[in-house]
Amino acid sequence: MTSRFVHLLALGLIGGVVQGATAAEGPSAPNYEIKDYAIPSPLTSSPGSPERGRAVILERELGNCLACHAIPLDAEFPGSVGPPLAGVGARLTPAQLRLRVVDSKVLNPASAMPAYFRSSGLNRVQAEYVGKTILTAQQVEDVVAFLATLK
Amino acid sequence: MRRPRMAAVLCTAALLCAAWVQAEDWGRYAVDGRRSGYTYAAAETRAMQDDEFDNPGSLWLARGAELWQTAEGQAGKSCASCHQEAAASMRGVGARYPVFAPELGRLVNVEQRINQCRREHMGAAPWATESEPLLAMTAYVKHQSLDLPVNPAIDGPAAPFFARGRHIYHTRRGQLDLACIHCHEMNHGNMLRAQRLSEGMSNGFPAYRLKWQTLASLQRRMEGCMRDVRAEPYADGAEEYVDLELYLAWRARGLPVETPAVRN
Repeated sequence: MTSRFVHLLALGLIGGVVQGATAAEGPSAPNYEIKDYAIPSPLTSSPGSPERGRAVILERELGNCLACHAIPLDAEFPGSVGPPLAGVGARLTPAQLRLRVVDSKVLNPASAMPAYFRSSGLNRVQAEYVGKTILTAQQVEDVVAFLATLK
Repeated sequence: MRRPRMAAVLCTAALLCAAWVQAEDWGRYAVDGRRSGYTYAAAETRAMQDDEFDNPGSLWLARGAELWQTAEGQAGKSCASCHQEAAASMRGVGARYPVFAPELGRLVNVEQRINQCRREHMGAAPWATESEPLLAMTAYVKHQSLDLPVNPAIDGPAAPFFARGRHIYHTRRGQLDLACIHCHEMNHGNMLRAQRLSEGMSNGFPAYRLKWQTLASLQRRMEGCMRDVRAEPYADGAEEYVDLELYLAWRARGLPVETPAVRN
Protein backbone atom coordinates (compact mmCIF):
# COMPACT_ATOMS: atom_id res chain seq x y z
CA MET A 1 0.00 0.00 0.00
CA THR A 2 1.42 3.38 -0.91
CA SER A 3 2.31 5.84 1.76
CA ARG A 4 -0.15 8.39 0.40
CA PHE A 5 -2.98 5.92 0.74
CA VAL A 6 -1.96 5.37 4.32
CA HIS A 7 -2.09 9.16 4.73
CA LEU A 8 -5.58 9.18 3.37
CA LEU A 9 -6.70 6.46 5.75
CA ALA A 10 -5.15 8.28 8.65
CA LEU A 11 -6.82 11.53 7.61
CA GLY A 12 -10.16 9.89 7.18
CA LEU A 13 -10.09 7.84 10.37
CA ILE A 14 -8.54 10.12 12.92
CA GLY A 15 -8.10 13.46 11.16
CA GLY A 16 -4.87 13.73 13.08
CA VAL A 17 -1.31 14.72 12.36
CA VAL A 18 0.63 12.68 9.84
CA GLN A 19 4.20 13.02 8.78
CA GLY A 20 4.65 13.54 5.05
CA ALA A 21 6.89 11.30 2.96
CA THR A 22 10.51 11.74 3.83
CA ALA A 23 12.79 10.96 0.93
CA ALA A 24 16.53 11.08 0.56
CA GLU A 25 16.76 12.97 -2.70
CA GLY A 26 18.59 16.01 -1.38
CA PRO A 27 17.80 19.48 -0.13
CA SER A 28 14.35 19.69 -1.75
CA ALA A 29 13.29 16.24 -0.59
CA PRO A 30 9.64 16.35 0.42
CA ASN A 31 9.29 16.63 4.18
CA TYR A 32 6.18 18.22 5.58
CA GLU A 33 3.40 17.71 8.05
CA ILE A 34 -0.23 17.24 7.02
CA LYS A 35 -2.83 18.39 9.53
CA ASP A 36 -6.59 18.82 9.05
CA TYR A 37 -6.40 18.25 5.28
CA ALA A 38 -3.75 20.95 4.90
CA ILE A 39 -0.03 21.68 5.29
CA PRO A 40 -0.01 24.47 7.88
CA SER A 41 3.73 25.22 7.86
CA PRO A 42 5.45 26.78 4.85
CA LEU A 43 8.02 24.54 3.16
CA THR A 44 10.66 27.28 3.27
CA SER A 45 11.81 29.91 5.72
CA SER A 46 11.66 32.63 3.06
CA PRO A 47 8.08 33.67 2.29
CA GLY A 48 6.47 32.97 -1.07
CA SER A 49 6.38 35.70 -3.69
CA PRO A 50 3.15 36.16 -5.70
CA GLU A 51 5.12 37.70 -8.58
CA ARG A 52 7.43 34.71 -8.85
CA GLY A 53 4.46 32.39 -8.36
CA ARG A 54 2.72 33.97 -11.33
CA ALA A 55 5.77 33.20 -13.48
CA VAL A 56 5.95 29.60 -12.24
CA ILE A 57 2.25 29.13 -13.05
CA LEU A 58 2.72 30.43 -16.60
CA GLU A 59 5.96 28.55 -17.38
CA ARG A 60 5.20 25.38 -19.33
CA GLU A 61 8.24 23.53 -17.98
CA LEU A 62 7.31 24.37 -14.36
CA GLY A 63 3.73 24.76 -13.14
CA ASN A 64 2.09 24.81 -16.57
CA CYS A 65 -1.11 25.31 -14.58
CA LEU A 66 -2.98 26.76 -17.57
CA ALA A 67 -2.76 23.37 -19.27
CA CYS A 68 -5.68 22.30 -17.08
CA HIS A 69 -7.03 25.37 -15.23
CA ALA A 70 -8.59 28.66 -16.23
CA ILE A 71 -6.79 31.31 -14.15
CA PRO A 72 -7.49 35.05 -14.09
CA LEU A 73 -4.25 35.88 -15.90
CA ASP A 74 -3.65 37.55 -19.21
CA ALA A 75 -3.10 34.24 -21.03
CA GLU A 76 -4.80 32.58 -23.98
CA PHE A 77 -6.37 29.14 -24.23
CA PRO A 78 -6.60 27.87 -20.65
CA GLY A 79 -7.42 24.19 -20.22
CA SER A 80 -10.67 22.81 -18.78
CA VAL A 81 -9.47 19.55 -17.21
CA GLY A 82 -9.35 21.02 -13.70
CA PRO A 83 -11.67 23.57 -12.06
CA PRO A 84 -11.26 27.32 -12.75
CA LEU A 85 -9.10 28.96 -10.09
CA ALA A 86 -10.79 32.36 -9.91
CA GLY A 87 -11.57 33.01 -6.26
CA VAL A 88 -9.60 30.00 -5.03
CA GLY A 89 -7.77 32.22 -2.54
CA ALA A 90 -11.12 33.00 -0.90
CA ARG A 91 -12.29 29.40 -0.86
CA LEU A 92 -9.12 27.83 0.52
CA THR A 93 -6.54 28.88 3.08
CA PRO A 94 -2.83 29.00 2.15
CA ALA A 95 -2.36 25.80 4.17
CA GLN A 96 -5.08 24.05 2.14
CA LEU A 97 -3.69 25.42 -1.12
CA ARG A 98 -0.23 24.15 -0.12
CA LEU A 99 -1.39 20.53 0.25
CA ARG A 100 -3.21 20.70 -3.09
CA VAL A 101 -0.07 21.89 -4.87
CA VAL A 102 2.27 19.54 -2.99
CA ASP A 103 0.21 16.37 -3.53
CA SER A 104 -3.50 16.69 -4.25
CA LYS A 105 -3.79 12.90 -4.40
CA VAL A 106 -3.53 12.83 -0.60
CA LEU A 107 -7.07 14.24 -0.72
CA ASN A 108 -8.27 12.46 -3.86
CA PRO A 109 -6.26 9.41 -4.94
CA ALA A 110 -8.12 9.32 -8.27
CA SER A 111 -7.13 12.87 -9.19
CA ALA A 112 -5.40 13.60 -12.48
CA MET A 113 -3.47 16.48 -10.91
CA PRO A 114 0.27 15.82 -10.64
CA ALA A 115 1.91 16.10 -7.22
CA TYR A 116 4.23 19.09 -7.66
CA PHE A 117 6.38 18.27 -4.65
CA ARG A 118 6.78 14.50 -4.66
CA SER A 119 9.54 12.44 -6.22
CA SER A 120 8.91 8.95 -4.87
CA GLY A 121 6.25 6.34 -5.51
CA LEU A 122 6.27 7.11 -9.24
CA ASN A 123 6.48 4.71 -12.18
CA ARG A 124 8.79 4.80 -15.26
CA VAL A 125 9.90 8.40 -14.70
CA GLN A 126 12.09 9.70 -17.55
CA ALA A 127 15.76 9.51 -16.58
CA GLU A 128 16.30 13.27 -16.41
CA TYR A 129 13.47 13.69 -13.88
CA VAL A 130 14.20 10.73 -11.60
CA GLY A 131 14.41 11.77 -7.95
CA LYS A 132 13.31 15.31 -8.77
CA THR A 133 10.13 17.11 -7.81
CA ILE A 134 8.30 19.14 -10.49
CA LEU A 135 8.66 22.30 -8.39
CA THR A 136 11.16 23.25 -5.70
CA ALA A 137 9.94 24.01 -2.17
CA GLN A 138 10.37 27.73 -2.87
CA GLN A 139 8.39 27.51 -6.12
CA VAL A 140 5.55 25.75 -4.25
CA GLU A 141 5.50 28.61 -1.74
CA ASP A 142 5.52 31.15 -4.59
CA VAL A 143 2.57 29.44 -6.31
CA VAL A 144 0.64 29.28 -3.01
CA ALA A 145 1.34 32.99 -2.45
CA PHE A 146 -0.05 33.81 -5.89
CA LEU A 147 -3.13 31.60 -5.53
CA ALA A 148 -3.87 33.23 -2.17
CA THR A 149 -4.24 36.57 -4.02
CA LEU A 150 -7.10 35.19 -6.16
CA LYS A 151 -9.98 36.42 -4.00
CA MET B 1 -36.05 21.25 1.73
CA ARG B 2 -38.52 21.22 -1.09
CA ARG B 3 -37.27 24.22 -3.03
CA PRO B 4 -33.65 23.12 -3.41
CA ARG B 5 -34.83 19.72 -4.61
CA MET B 6 -37.10 21.37 -7.18
CA ALA B 7 -34.20 23.53 -8.31
CA ALA B 8 -32.02 20.45 -8.66
CA VAL B 9 -34.63 18.70 -10.76
CA LEU B 10 -35.01 21.73 -13.01
CA CYS B 11 -31.26 22.11 -13.35
CA THR B 12 -30.88 18.45 -14.28
CA ALA B 13 -33.67 18.70 -16.82
CA ALA B 14 -32.11 21.80 -18.34
CA LEU B 15 -28.71 20.11 -18.58
CA LEU B 16 -30.20 17.02 -20.19
CA CYS B 17 -32.02 19.18 -22.73
CA ALA B 18 -28.84 21.09 -23.49
CA ALA B 19 -26.92 17.84 -23.94
CA TRP B 20 -29.64 16.49 -26.20
CA VAL B 21 -29.73 19.62 -28.34
CA GLN B 22 -25.94 19.68 -28.62
CA ALA B 23 -25.50 15.97 -29.34
CA GLU B 24 -24.20 15.82 -32.84
CA ASP B 25 -24.84 12.90 -35.14
CA TRP B 26 -21.36 11.68 -36.03
CA GLY B 27 -22.70 8.77 -38.07
CA ARG B 28 -20.19 5.96 -38.48
CA TYR B 29 -17.54 7.97 -36.60
CA ALA B 30 -19.34 7.17 -33.32
CA VAL B 31 -20.22 3.68 -32.08
CA ASP B 32 -21.96 3.04 -28.75
CA GLY B 33 -20.90 6.46 -27.52
CA ARG B 34 -17.23 5.90 -28.43
CA ARG B 35 -16.03 8.50 -30.92
CA SER B 36 -13.20 8.57 -33.43
CA GLY B 37 -10.55 11.28 -33.16
CA TYR B 38 -12.20 12.56 -36.35
CA THR B 39 -15.07 13.94 -34.24
CA TYR B 40 -12.65 15.89 -32.02
CA ALA B 41 -10.77 17.42 -34.96
CA ALA B 42 -11.54 20.88 -36.33
CA ALA B 43 -13.88 21.10 -39.32
CA GLU B 44 -11.03 22.12 -41.64
CA THR B 45 -8.93 19.16 -40.44
CA ARG B 46 -11.81 16.80 -41.16
CA ALA B 47 -12.25 18.33 -44.62
CA MET B 48 -8.53 17.84 -45.28
CA GLN B 49 -8.80 14.17 -44.35
CA ASP B 50 -11.89 13.62 -46.47
CA ASP B 51 -10.44 15.06 -49.68
CA GLU B 52 -7.93 12.63 -51.17
CA PHE B 53 -6.11 15.48 -52.93
CA ASP B 54 -5.88 17.63 -49.80
CA ASN B 55 -5.02 14.72 -47.49
CA PRO B 56 -1.21 14.80 -47.18
CA GLY B 57 -1.31 11.09 -46.33
CA SER B 58 -2.08 10.42 -50.00
CA LEU B 59 1.61 10.97 -50.77
CA TRP B 60 2.52 8.01 -48.58
CA LEU B 61 -0.23 5.90 -50.14
CA ALA B 62 1.20 6.57 -53.61
CA ARG B 63 4.68 5.65 -52.40
CA GLY B 64 3.29 2.50 -50.78
CA ALA B 65 1.61 1.46 -54.05
CA GLU B 66 4.97 1.83 -55.84
CA LEU B 67 6.83 -0.16 -53.20
CA TRP B 68 4.19 -2.90 -53.36
CA GLN B 69 5.30 -3.61 -56.94
CA THR B 70 9.05 -3.17 -56.32
CA ALA B 71 11.15 -6.34 -56.15
CA GLU B 72 13.79 -6.20 -53.42
CA GLY B 73 16.14 -8.60 -51.65
CA GLN B 74 17.84 -11.86 -52.53
CA ALA B 75 14.61 -13.66 -53.51
CA GLY B 76 13.92 -11.04 -56.17
CA LYS B 77 10.33 -10.69 -55.03
CA SER B 78 7.99 -7.79 -54.47
CA CYS B 79 4.96 -7.82 -52.18
CA ALA B 80 2.83 -8.33 -55.30
CA SER B 81 4.79 -11.48 -56.23
CA CYS B 82 2.99 -13.34 -53.44
CA HIS B 83 0.05 -11.11 -52.49
CA GLN B 84 -0.99 -9.91 -56.00
CA GLU B 85 -3.52 -7.08 -55.76
CA ALA B 86 -3.40 -5.40 -52.36
CA ALA B 87 -7.00 -4.23 -52.71
CA ALA B 88 -8.09 -7.86 -52.48
CA SER B 89 -5.37 -9.59 -50.47
CA MET B 90 -4.90 -6.90 -47.82
CA ARG B 91 -8.56 -6.01 -47.32
CA GLY B 92 -9.43 -6.59 -43.67
CA VAL B 93 -5.83 -6.59 -42.41
CA GLY B 94 -6.00 -3.03 -41.10
CA ALA B 95 -9.23 -3.81 -39.24
CA ARG B 96 -7.89 -6.97 -37.59
CA TYR B 97 -4.31 -6.21 -36.53
CA PRO B 98 -2.40 -6.58 -34.27
CA VAL B 99 -2.76 -10.37 -34.26
CA PHE B 100 -1.18 -13.24 -32.33
CA ALA B 101 1.70 -14.78 -34.29
CA PRO B 102 2.07 -18.43 -33.20
CA GLU B 103 5.58 -18.71 -34.66
CA LEU B 104 6.74 -15.82 -32.47
CA GLY B 105 4.57 -16.48 -29.42
CA ARG B 106 3.53 -12.83 -29.26
CA LEU B 107 1.47 -10.19 -31.06
CA VAL B 108 2.66 -8.54 -34.28
CA ASN B 109 1.39 -5.30 -35.76
CA VAL B 110 1.33 -4.42 -39.45
CA GLU B 111 4.77 -2.77 -39.36
CA GLN B 112 6.32 -5.86 -37.80
CA ARG B 113 4.53 -8.21 -40.23
CA ILE B 114 5.84 -6.21 -43.19
CA ASN B 115 9.40 -6.50 -41.90
CA GLN B 116 8.91 -10.18 -41.11
CA CYS B 117 7.91 -10.69 -44.75
CA ARG B 118 10.92 -8.73 -45.96
CA ARG B 119 13.32 -10.81 -43.89
CA GLU B 120 11.81 -14.25 -44.34
CA HIS B 121 10.31 -14.19 -47.83
CA MET B 122 12.12 -11.44 -49.73
CA GLY B 123 15.58 -11.74 -48.22
CA ALA B 124 15.54 -7.97 -47.81
CA ALA B 125 16.68 -5.82 -44.89
CA PRO B 126 13.86 -4.73 -42.59
CA TRP B 127 12.82 -1.10 -42.81
CA ALA B 128 13.67 1.10 -39.83
CA THR B 129 10.94 2.29 -37.47
CA GLU B 130 9.36 5.53 -38.68
CA SER B 131 11.28 5.35 -42.00
CA GLU B 132 9.43 6.68 -45.03
CA PRO B 133 9.09 3.28 -46.76
CA LEU B 134 7.76 1.58 -43.61
CA LEU B 135 5.25 4.38 -42.98
CA ALA B 136 4.24 4.29 -46.66
CA MET B 137 3.77 0.51 -46.80
CA THR B 138 1.94 0.40 -43.45
CA ALA B 139 -0.41 3.17 -44.53
CA TYR B 140 -0.95 1.50 -47.91
CA VAL B 141 -1.76 -1.88 -46.35
CA LYS B 142 -4.11 -0.43 -43.72
CA HIS B 143 -5.77 1.84 -46.28
CA GLN B 144 -7.02 -1.27 -48.09
CA SER B 145 -9.42 -1.66 -45.12
CA LEU B 146 -10.69 1.92 -45.38
CA ASP B 147 -14.16 2.19 -43.79
CA LEU B 148 -14.20 -1.40 -42.53
CA PRO B 149 -15.07 -1.59 -38.82
CA VAL B 150 -12.11 -2.20 -36.50
CA ASN B 151 -12.50 -5.75 -35.20
CA PRO B 152 -9.45 -7.25 -33.45
CA ALA B 153 -9.39 -10.69 -31.80
CA ILE B 154 -8.81 -10.32 -28.06
CA ASP B 155 -9.66 -13.86 -26.99
CA GLY B 156 -7.81 -17.17 -27.32
CA PRO B 157 -4.03 -16.77 -27.59
CA ALA B 158 -4.36 -12.96 -27.75
CA ALA B 159 -6.06 -12.77 -24.35
CA PRO B 160 -2.98 -12.43 -22.10
CA PHE B 161 -1.49 -9.76 -24.38
CA PHE B 162 -4.76 -7.88 -24.40
CA ALA B 163 -4.82 -8.02 -20.59
CA ARG B 164 -1.31 -6.59 -20.47
CA GLY B 165 -2.28 -3.81 -22.89
CA ARG B 166 -5.27 -2.94 -20.72
CA HIS B 167 -3.02 -2.85 -17.66
CA ILE B 168 -0.59 -0.47 -19.38
CA TYR B 169 -3.50 1.77 -20.36
CA HIS B 170 -4.60 2.05 -16.74
CA THR B 171 -1.16 2.42 -15.11
CA ARG B 172 0.03 5.83 -13.99
CA ARG B 173 3.51 6.75 -15.21
CA GLY B 174 6.05 9.52 -15.37
CA GLN B 175 6.80 12.48 -13.15
CA LEU B 176 3.30 13.80 -13.94
CA ASP B 177 1.88 10.47 -12.72
CA LEU B 178 -0.84 10.07 -15.34
CA ALA B 179 -2.31 7.01 -17.04
CA CYS B 180 -3.90 6.98 -20.50
CA ILE B 181 -7.32 6.93 -18.82
CA HIS B 182 -6.85 10.30 -17.15
CA CYS B 183 -6.89 12.18 -20.45
CA HIS B 184 -8.64 9.82 -22.85
CA GLU B 185 -11.38 8.27 -20.69
CA MET B 186 -11.97 10.78 -17.91
CA ASN B 187 -11.34 14.05 -19.74
CA HIS B 188 -12.01 13.60 -23.44
CA GLY B 189 -13.68 16.69 -24.82
CA ASN B 190 -11.91 18.89 -22.27
CA MET B 191 -9.18 21.29 -23.30
CA LEU B 192 -5.54 20.65 -22.43
CA ARG B 193 -4.44 24.21 -23.00
CA ALA B 194 -5.37 24.77 -26.67
CA GLN B 195 -5.70 21.08 -27.52
CA ARG B 196 -9.01 19.25 -27.26
CA LEU B 197 -8.49 15.84 -25.66
CA SER B 198 -9.81 12.97 -27.74
CA GLU B 199 -10.61 9.40 -26.75
CA GLY B 200 -7.22 8.27 -28.05
CA MET B 201 -8.69 6.08 -30.77
CA SER B 202 -6.20 4.35 -33.06
CA ASN B 203 -8.35 3.71 -36.13
CA GLY B 204 -6.71 6.40 -38.29
CA PHE B 205 -3.04 5.40 -37.87
CA PRO B 206 -0.57 5.84 -39.40
CA ALA B 207 -2.01 9.36 -39.42
CA TYR B 208 -0.78 12.66 -40.80
CA ARG B 209 -0.12 14.85 -37.76
CA LEU B 210 -0.31 18.56 -38.52
CA LYS B 211 1.90 19.37 -35.52
CA TRP B 212 4.67 17.12 -36.85
CA GLN B 213 4.04 17.82 -40.55
CA THR B 214 4.43 14.15 -41.39
CA LEU B 215 2.73 10.81 -41.34
CA ALA B 216 3.31 9.20 -37.94
CA SER B 217 2.99 5.66 -36.62
CA LEU B 218 0.88 4.80 -33.59
CA GLN B 219 4.07 3.95 -31.71
CA ARG B 220 5.42 7.46 -32.30
CA ARG B 221 2.14 8.94 -31.06
CA MET B 222 2.26 6.78 -27.90
CA GLU B 223 5.87 7.83 -27.29
CA GLY B 224 4.76 11.46 -27.58
CA CYS B 225 2.14 10.97 -24.88
CA MET B 226 4.67 9.24 -22.61
CA ARG B 227 7.20 12.05 -22.98
CA ASP B 228 4.43 14.57 -22.28
CA VAL B 229 3.92 13.00 -18.85
CA ARG B 230 7.72 12.74 -18.42
CA ALA B 231 7.64 8.95 -18.55
CA GLU B 232 10.34 6.72 -20.00
CA PRO B 233 9.09 5.42 -23.36
CA TYR B 234 9.48 1.71 -24.11
CA ALA B 235 12.24 0.47 -26.41
CA ASP B 236 11.57 0.73 -30.12
CA GLY B 237 9.29 -2.13 -31.18
CA ALA B 238 8.75 -3.28 -27.58
CA GLU B 239 5.97 -5.79 -26.96
CA GLU B 240 4.35 -3.31 -24.58
CA TYR B 241 3.55 -0.99 -27.50
CA VAL B 242 1.94 -3.80 -29.48
CA ASP B 243 -0.04 -5.04 -26.48
CA LEU B 244 -1.26 -1.49 -25.93
CA GLU B 245 -2.02 -1.25 -29.66
CA LEU B 246 -4.34 -4.26 -29.31
CA TYR B 247 -6.11 -2.67 -26.35
CA LEU B 248 -6.54 0.57 -28.32
CA ALA B 249 -7.87 -1.38 -31.32
CA TRP B 250 -10.44 -2.98 -29.01
CA ARG B 251 -11.42 0.45 -27.69
CA ALA B 252 -11.89 1.51 -31.32
CA ARG B 253 -13.91 -1.61 -32.21
CA GLY B 254 -16.66 -0.85 -34.68
CA LEU B 255 -15.17 2.49 -35.72
CA PRO B 256 -14.10 2.67 -39.37
CA VAL B 257 -10.46 2.32 -40.42
CA GLU B 258 -9.54 5.88 -41.49
CA THR B 259 -5.88 5.44 -42.47
CA PRO B 260 -4.44 7.89 -43.33
CA ALA B 261 -6.36 10.15 -40.92
CA VAL B 262 -5.41 13.80 -40.42
CA ARG B 263 -5.02 14.93 -36.83
CA ASN B 264 -3.75 17.97 -34.93
